[in-house]
Amino acid sequence: MKARAIVVTSGKGGVGKTTTTANLGAGLAKLGEKVAVIDVDVGLRNLDVVMGLEGRVVFDLIDVLEGRAKPRQALIRDKRVENLYLLPASQTRDKEALDPARFQELVRHLLLEEGFDRVLIDSPAGIEKGFQTAAAPAEGALVVVNPEVSSVRDADRIIGLLEAREIRENLLVINRLRPRMVSRGDMLSVEDVVEILGLRPIGIIPEDEQVLIATNQGEVLVLKGGSPAALAYMDTARRLRGEEVPFRNLEEAPGLLGALRKLFGGR
Amino acid sequence: MWWRKKSKEKAKERLKLVLAYDRARLSPGMVEKLKQDLLEVLRRYFPAQEEGLSVALEERGEKMVLIADIPLR
Repeated sequence: MKARAIVVTSGKGGVGKTTTTANLGAGLAKLGEKVAVIDVDVGLRNLDVVMGLEGRVVFDLIDVLEGRAKPRQALIRDKRVENLYLLPASQTRDKEALDPARFQELVRHLLLEEGFDRVLIDSPAGIEKGFQTAAAPAEGALVVVNPEVSSVRDADRIIGLLEAREIRENLLVINRLRPRMVSRGDMLSVEDVVEILGLRPIGIIPEDEQVLIATNQGEVLVLKGGSPAALAYMDTARRLRGEEVPFRNLEEAPGLLGALRKLFGGR
Repeated sequence: MWWRKKSKEKAKERLKLVLAYDRARLSPGMVEKLKQDLLEVLRRYFPAQEEGLSVALEERGEKMVLIADIPLR
């Protein structure tokens, strides 16, 4: 992906924006990029807890935008991987305190003057001011979508709004895919989602219990490695850097019941 | 399972329809209202009937078009 300022967005809440931001940020840092992840969900800050950095928050995004702290003072360096920094949202202020023009200037400053290779912006749910501000500095977007009707519908709306803002490098992260349900015909497939939304997927993340376990522990999954979602996020980070990484076959071993079903002509 | 319609097909059909309306910034209710208004206008010219009259969105390549199908008995 050419874009260096990327907004992670979805329209609908609860589809995995924050988890995706944390894992791709950490994944890119692991691959050698200097990355800032910024939480723009003012009032409902979460990226800090998902990354396990909540205990180190001193200053926040609004402090920086209003000049009470320098960007360097507010950025929290993640000690588990080199070159990963978090700029937390303010928990006490409301979205009105966000100034899109100042935010845009901050992101530009990080990229041009603080030596960051990439800035990932975790957008709040919705299509109002919070999203508009998060999208203001973006050159590209990762649209996180679950293979489920309400999420796909909201993603379509968000894609329209991104295009209206002239943000053109937009890619899908299809999250929480359940391969068994797909092969049974009870979940939209990657192909279905791509056909409906008309965007190319850059990540396909399977449903994985380890995501919740990592969040419980304040760890970032890609830094632990091993599980299916961790591998999928790491693949996605590589693709973001322009590497050609084939999508993994997520098909689970079908088991006896699946084998029987196949035998009788089901799928 | 092979003996019932796959639920994802239903999901896909419903999504395509709802997105057609969303993208056109129309609601199904508005289209119904348009149909009633259209009927009123048509009746100024010839005796039109509601029966058989359909107004619906249709996908035509990249474009969405509004199709009115007006039977002239």
